[in-house]
Amino acid sequence: MTTNILLAGFGGQGILFAGKAIAKMAMDSDLQVSWLPSYGPEMRGGAANCSVIVSDEEIGSPVVVTPDILIALNLPSFDKFEPKVIAGGKLIYDCSLIDRTSDRADIEVYGIPATAMASDAGLTGMANVIVLGYLLKITGLFEYDAFLEHMLAGIPPTKAALIEKNKKALEMGYNYAK
Amino acid sequence: MAKKVLMKGNEAIAEAAIKSGCLHFFGYPITPQTEISEYMAKRMPKVGGLCLQAESEISAINMIMGAAAAGSRCLTSSSSPGISLKSEGISYIVGCDLPCVIVNVQRGGPGLGGIQPSQQDYYQATKANGHGDEHVLVLAPSSVQEMAQLTSEAFDLADIYRMPAMILADGALGQMMEPVDFDVMSKRDVPEKTWATNGTEGKRKKNIINSLLIDPVELENSVIARFKKYDEIAEKEVKYEEYKCDDADIVIVAYGITSRICKTAIAAARAKGIKVGLFRPITLWPYPKKQLGALADKAKHFLVCELNMGQMVDDVKVATECKKPVSFFGRTGGMIPSPDEVLAEIEKLAATL
Amino acid sequence: MVVFDKPKSLSPVPFHYCPGCTHGIVHRLVAEVLDELDLCGKTVCVSPVGCSVFAYNYFECDMIEAAHGRAPAVATGVKRTHPDNIVFTYQGDGDLAAIGTAETVHVGARGENITIIFINNCIYGMTGGQMAPTTMPGQVTTTSPYGRDRRIQGSPIRVCEMLSTLDGVAYAERVAVNTVPNVKKAKAAIKKAFQNQIDKKGLSIVEVLSTCPTNWGMTPEAALEWVKTDMIPFYPLGVYKDADVKELNPTSTKEVNE
Repeated sequence: MTTNILLAGFGGQGILFAGKAIAKMAMDSDLQVSWLPSYGPEMRGGAANCSVIVSDEEIGSPVVVTPDILIALNLPSFDKFEPKVIAGGKLIYDCSLIDRTSDRADIEVYGIPATAMASDAGLTGMANVIVLGYLLKITGLFEYDAFLEHMLAGIPPTKAALIEKNKKALEMGYNYAK
Repeated sequence: MAKKVLMKGNEAIAEAAIKSGCLHFFGYPITPQTEISEYMAKRMPKVGGLCLQAESEISAINMIMGAAAAGSRCLTSSSSPGISLKSEGISYIVGCDLPCVIVNVQRGGPGLGGIQPSQQDYYQATKANGHGDEHVLVLAPSSVQEMAQLTSEAFDLADIYRMPAMILADGALGQMMEPVDFDVMSKRDVPEKTWATNGTEGKRKKNIINSLLIDPVELENSVIARFKKYDEIAEKEVKYEEYKCDDADIVIVAYGITSRICKTAIAAARAKGIKVGLFRPITLWPYPKKQLGALADKAKHFLVCELNMGQMVDDVKVATECKKPVSFFGRTGGMIPSPDEVLAEIEKLAATL
Repeated sequence: MVVFDKPKSLSPVPFHYCPGCTHGIVHRLVAEVLDELDLCGKTVCVSPVGCSVFAYNYFECDMIEAAHGRAPAVATGVKRTHPDNIVFTYQGDGDLAAIGTAETVHVGARGENITIIFINNCIYGMTGGQMAPTTMPGQVTTTSPYGRDRRIQGSPIRVCEMLSTLDGVAYAERVAVNTVPNVKKAKAAIKKAFQNQIDKKGLSIVEVLSTCPTNWGMTPEAALEWVKTDMIPFYPLGVYKDADVKELNPTSTKEVNE
């Protein structure tokens, strides 16, 4: 079983971090995993996306072209990748930043106002973690508790203040009901 | 603690080098390999080593020449345009029979080109890293694990054969993260460096590290001796992977990141009943000529896939002695083909068989 | 009784240099200093591309023959690997001040604790008399056949003056070997440049104004005279920098890390 995940948005939205959290969890679950970022000449801003492949067998191409799961955090990413989601796949998007939805009947579409939720809860910049929580709920990709533990373990001691915030954000996403 | 660590390919190279006893790194920043310098800058002082940012690629490779001459296990890394700058130094290092490891995380060219992944330096790496009759060992990893593994092997090979070994990777392998297990590093016996210039202490004759042989007879003899060593390497050190080649009508020949894209395409083609396999050279120099040649009696067609305009095609034709047709599919300039594009190519070929 | 012998740091082979060329004098001075300071056994010399390309045949210490202009980078690699070795480069003007300018400037900027012996004879000797970065204004060479025109070929580089502006340089002195007193001064400068390395003071460079009678088209005697009448006025002798910049050079990094 192979799951192709594509995370896309602006640089600075924590796309790469979210992808890494998934990749780390997969590795520690004894699964094969690859994480491939897009990279460009700019350090901030611009489009950012990353391909994460989780599998129980050897991973071939690390580039996700037709995702099983697409996480789109801005409109250009939504427009670009929504048509690429494989039939039967899942699309998760930030409906507080993307003012349209998908009319595809062959995929499951989940909107979550992650950026607005983050901002309302004083968790600015943590929409990515909210979306991760939502992803766990929708896909059952990993156990919630195990994922939380792994994600928090990845936070360096110098940023210990972020532990509670991450915990709260993941929980908010997981408990979000459409 | 888990045995495996999730790392970028570039970082895996750096850590593997340190774990292989590399104590000197000389480099110059260039995308998409700068993480190697950054990792070394952080780690080297903690292990009693040195990471020095040189004023140019040219200086960096010459610092390598000095450190290698002094007997150090040393590493330099760059990306395509920077490797061109290093080519003078590489030729001298070969001429002086010095061991070192050079990493090329390839990007698109020619010229300043782009910064996206490419395999456009195949010719340069395998045929002409610098002027003169010369070769360097060229290892082409296709995963982050192999970035680490082959780096450690490169240090041993370089020391055993007293010549540079190059890791020929690309931007995708450098930037991607995969789990790495560092417990499987190379541990071959390597000879003592009695030739190193580290002071005679009055106990031995002076050592001379030199590539100048003004007498053509002497120079010819030294080149011939080096080529005898190359023959030995070709006999003993080729590395390759065969994947589903036993019954394959079509054999794809691909290395590095491209080989993985091909594997995905092969799975899809096999699902459609097309018998296709992959031959993956891991050493690009020495090239696994014999091993690939052996497939020419069974397969009906060879398809070379690369991120360039077909630089490996000649090597495949030579290895297979043109017994079967060899065609090419690739993207260049930093473009990466999708498995579907490769699949389409396979299907097109299969229809003609 | 032997009253005059070859220094032990020189190999028992004849030099290949032209009659009247002062490379031989400078080689001998370096070897005498290595003998007097008992350094030969721990010394690594990096030789250049130029007339002294065969220096590896002449010195008894370990030798590395570098690419044109790259000796300071190679020396850096050696010194950083074995900080206790004594490392010196021996370079000509084309090597050090043209093709290797970046290496020269940055070895100074880093304050590498090495010694540079710089032979300035205003010309490319080995390739047969072409214009060097130090060729004098008006000087005729095969590639400045009408005399170096500063408006066209640019002006010569005064290396000691330039390097003395760099923080990492401990010692820069220009000497000449055209007269016996000058040879004595040159030896003292070379000795100081090696002593500085022992004392971990930082980069030391000794620029030696030398002759090239063959390519200058002069007799050896006339060449020595030309050093006095033309070169020294343009390239004044003397100490351009003499400072202990130990805290700015790599020899102090070990202590910093500890």
